[in-house]
Amino acid sequence: MAVEVRIPTILRQYTGGAKVVEGGGDTLSALIDDLESRHEGLRDRLIENGELRRFVNIYVNDEDVRFLDGLKTSLSDADSVTVLPAVAGGA
Amino acid sequence: MRYESLLASLGHTPLVGLPRLSPSPEVRLWAKLEDHNPTGSVKDRPALRMIEAAEADGTLQAGSTILEPTSGNTGISLAMAAKLKGYRLICVMPENTSEERRQLLRMWGAEIISSPAAGGSNEAVRVAKGLAAEHPDWVMLYQYGNPSNAAAHYETTGPELLEDLPEITHFVAGLGTTGTLMGVGRYLREKVPGVQIIAAEPRYGELVYGLRNLDEGFVPELYDESVLTSRFSVGPRDAVKRTRELLELEGIFAGISTGAVLHAALGIGRKAMAAGASADIAFIVADGGWKYLSTGAYEGTLDEAEDRLEGQLWA
Repeated sequence: MAVEVRIPTILRQYTGGAKVVEGGGDTLSALIDDLESRHEGLRDRLIENGELRRFVNIYVNDEDVRFLDGLKTSLSDADSVTVLPAVAGGA
Repeated sequence: MRYESLLASLGHTPLVGLPRLSPSPEVRLWAKLEDHNPTGSVKDRPALRMIEAAEADGTLQAGSTILEPTSGNTGISLAMAAKLKGYRLICVMPENTSEERRQLLRMWGAEIISSPAAGGSNEAVRVAKGLAAEHPDWVMLYQYGNPSNAAAHYETTGPELLEDLPEITHFVAGLGTTGTLMGVGRYLREKVPGVQIIAAEPRYGELVYGLRNLDEGFVPELYDESVLTSRFSVGPRDAVKRTRELLELEGIFAGISTGAVLHAALGIGRKAMAAGASADIAFIVADGGWKYLSTGAYEGTLDEAEDRLEGQLWA
């Protein structure tokens, strides 16, 4: 099972500069563990004390996982995952 | 309708059905046309409410200087009110915002301080907070954390929606300061059991997310996750596509952020159809398209529009 993961500029130091990486896992948590095995250090930038970090947003097929099942959100083949820092919106 | 002044004409905007974009007769979309407000955007509501609250508690006095970080609409609303009420206004605005917004601000007499494009509104907020610390006599209304912002929507936008659409099942709006979603969301949740509150968050180009470290991220002080039921990230391509569909099919000429909101609303509509449920989905048209013509979003192919919007703050 392969999921495409978009990595923001700020975290590309962990992916050798790659914008998009592939990973696998039945849940977001498993996916992050899988990514960590190839991109050491990434997990700590996303998760703190078992929770998503305050200024990190992760979207599965464009939906914020905080409104799905958080780190337990299930993934299917060909889902797309986007990681973005939380920023101020237009106003 | 007759009003004593322009300021008094705020709100009571039309809610219009979208017979051609609605997925079915049972799953209906409704657009609240906030471009019908005095300066042409939803921001007139929080801007006036924040000024009135600051006047009432004595923070704002004759001749005061108001400071505000804004990507455009809130600044334009404040500029109009400040001109009528005799305040000086200084807006801190990211440099990657459309020229129309700058011209309008200058017309209404606001001064503009540009913040760097990289970092988008985060930088505008940072620069404004720095200026506020240097100039304690300036009054920063601070829309991202001012309870009057959400209160304006709790007191006006929410009740107007419920009055016009008592059968409302879903409310969708753009996520910027979060004021619209927090205010309308809280109001509707109190009155309509099971109502869904959905945020559409614009996803910009990489320049805007280029922080030096993750701890510089920003969540508006007004934001309370528990008010929302879901939150979608919408990129410029989908936003432009839907903005054009809204014009093509329903005749509504809206700003690009409205396209992002419509994209989320249509996604919700499709889910309701698939589930065999009926739904009345209301969403906010935050402003008209006039201020964004120079971005190039309204001409050429979607690919061209997407390229032109790269690096711009389009919502």
